Amino acid sequence: MRRETYLDWNATAPLRPEAAAAMTAALAECGNASSVHRWGRAARQRVERAREQVAALAGAAPDRVVFVSGGTEANHLALLGSGRERVLVSAVEHHSVLRALPAAEAIPVDSDGIVDLARLDEMLAGDVRPALVSVMFANNETGVMQPVAEIARIAHAHGALFHCDVVQGAGKVPLSIGTVGADLLTLSAHKLGGPPGIGALVLRDGIDVQPIIRGGGQERGRRAGSENLPGIAGFAAAAEAAVAGIADYEGVQRLRDDLEAAVLGAAPDAVVVGGDVARLPNTSAVAMPGVSAETQVIALDLDGVMVSAGAACSSGKVGPSHVLAAMNAPPEIAGSTIRVSLGWSTTEADIAHFVGAWAALYRRHRGRASTARAA
Amino acid sequence: MNDASVFPPECPNALPIYLDYQSSTPVDPRVLEAMLPYFTEHFGNPHSESHVYGQNAMAATEAARADVARLIHADPREIVFTSGATESNNLALKGAAHFARAHPPAAGPLRDRIVTLATEHKCVLEAAAALEREGFPVTYLPVEPNGLVSLDRLAEAIDDRTLLVSVMAAHNEIGVIQPLAEIGALCRSRGVLFHTDAAQAYGKIPLDVEAMKIDLMSISGHKIYAPKGIGALYTRRRPRVRLLPLIDGGGQERGMRSGTLPTPLCVGLGRAAALAAVEMGEEAPRLLRLRERLYRTLARRIPALRLNGDPEHRLPGSLNLSFPGLTAPELMEACPSVAMSTGSACTSAAVEPSYVLRVLGIPDDLANGSIRLGLGRFTTEAEVDFAADAIAAAADRLRGRAPPAGEVTKAAPIPTSG
Repeated sequence: MRRETYLDWNATAPLRPEAAAAMTAALAECGNASSVHRWGRAARQRVERAREQVAALAGAAPDRVVFVSGGTEANHLALLGSGRERVLVSAVEHHSVLRALPAAEAIPVDSDGIVDLARLDEMLAGDVRPALVSVMFANNETGVMQPVAEIARIAHAHGALFHCDVVQGAGKVPLSIGTVGADLLTLSAHKLGGPPGIGALVLRDGIDVQPIIRGGGQERGRRAGSENLPGIAGFAAAAEAAVAGIADYEGVQRLRDDLEAAVLGAAPDAVVVGGDVARLPNTSAVAMPGVSAETQVIALDLDGVMVSAGAACSSGKVGPSHVLAAMNAPPEIAGSTIRVSLGWSTTEADIAHFVGAWAALYRRHRGRASTARAA
Repeated sequence: MNDASVFPPECPNALPIYLDYQSSTPVDPRVLEAMLPYFTEHFGNPHSESHVYGQNAMAATEAARADVARLIHADPREIVFTSGATESNNLALKGAAHFARAHPPAAGPLRDRIVTLATEHKCVLEAAAALEREGFPVTYLPVEPNGLVSLDRLAEAIDDRTLLVSVMAAHNEIGVIQPLAEIGALCRSRGVLFHTDAAQAYGKIPLDVEAMKIDLMSISGHKIYAPKGIGALYTRRRPRVRLLPLIDGGGQERGMRSGTLPTPLCVGLGRAAALAAVEMGEEAPRLLRLRERLYRTLARRIPALRLNGDPEHRLPGSLNLSFPGLTAPELMEACPSVAMSTGSACTSAAVEPSYVLRVLGIPDDLANGSIRLGLGRFTTEAEVDFAADAIAAAADRLRGRAPPAGEVTKAAPIPTSG
């Protein structure tokens, strides 16, 4: 069989065995966690046990965890539910933040995609209305990490709330709502080995949100709808396994660094976006100048290597990445950057497969370019 | 249906006997089997169009979408996957209202009024209440004592400012089925959108969005043997129904609902819809026969037992009964071998009488003694007989007319599946 190498972990991660086991058990049960009979109570116990496991991942008390359908909904609940009159978001946020509130103000970023802290301070100082600042922990396309503790300090100094989308960071680097300094934290299960269709918004003590989905009063009135018990159980098992396996990402980082070294060795004009600043251990945004990202992902896919041209949700509509645009990346870089993202089961052989396919593609295009020049 | 191999391992054919199918259904093993590969080998993000893992996942979600659509004679492009019926109901009401206000007509009155029933599910009522706080006018119509809407009263309630009528297809607590085709025809003739919360009806009774002129329909997975955490909103394309999304972002679901599609859950909903399409014709009469058997036994043994909701226009598997002189909590406590409920799961922890029964004009003392019994795909005749006997015996004991202990335990032995 043809070798297949999955290097698109930032789009979604495979289900961890622990999550699969928890879900299989939960799927075999019936009962609505809000019913009072025995099966309902059993379901309720499972939900509350899972809430403790997810709370542990975020370093919060269980009653501060609100289960929602995923990261996108959690971001909406944070931005729309906080009740703050003014919302500031970084220009490199995920679309689920950028589009939650069209009236939100954009905080500019530097050429690495890092929030301009002085500008943030000015923006908050210039308007006394109660504000919420939303900046992601790490970027989904480049892996570049934000100085979240600094952002939290500035936000709080101006009386603003700080929301942090830690969807890409959770399970890859140690973090908690306390170390991030956030008042609201967004988590997604399927990025850390849980199932799709479940996520959470974690609230600091004293913080509350108004629901955007109303009804039966589940999740302490913050999010209505019958609890997605198998999803919640799978999320919790994955969260626990992610915390236990966080050291795996030291090895992942070595593989990522090897990959980048090999790419730069094979192609002197290749560029690693954000390569000089703190990044997630698993993510590499690599530009092959002169070759469109679209061409690269198609060619790599033909070789059995799965990567992406940017975020999964927008990867179908190929256009310039808003992240790279906000970073003022030159067009030849912005149009030719692919995202390679690794995970806990990525092997050296996977990296060798990628590097071989990428370098071969590079040589084909360079050969064609030099032939064209010679002609 | 009586093949033991199709039963999930732990339920529902174990004690307590599960008669709460309106609250939630077990995942059908055939649904689970269809889902499992999409948790494991086909785990790709369906929006990762650049590689085969993503393409396989997308092919699966689109096949599921077609199955979900086919059951109601809709086009797959009219199906928006959501996290469940609660979200679908919120999206339908708020999405239509917000779009109407954002795009007022060039001429004529702004249509921004919502008309709904006082007996709707909490999530419709809460969504409507949230819109009221935003300044949208909402009319809550009472229903007839049998739970059905009066078409005359509905026609009177619609005016030239009415945007949308929302009426539940089949009721979660009392099981009554509303005259959908008549409501749809009325709404269409008056230029008003017709939304129906079909969480309890979809997959249980025939629904046809064309014949019934339905514009928006909320669908739930876990009421039809698919898992929790998935649902859908049917959104008519011709004439086009316009909504503003509740959850925006990556632009999935034609911009109507952003967020990574949960492929295994979508596959589960699709498979459940496909099974319902094939099996509804046999399942509905089987459940009706079992329900009648359960009701006849209880009515014979319990004096003045009252059936709430219209006896004819009701879901085949649904009963809502008032036990005079008893309270529902004491009856449930006295009958632990049957899993039943007082009303909708989300509010069943509350002790106050069901708002639905109050709207029907049922006195509080009777409403306090009301139990909802829901039969489903895995309910057997032996279970029904056991449950009827257990409930009647518990009611007898509570009335202080307890027969000798030997007679109580004379109930049929707990049925085994097979």
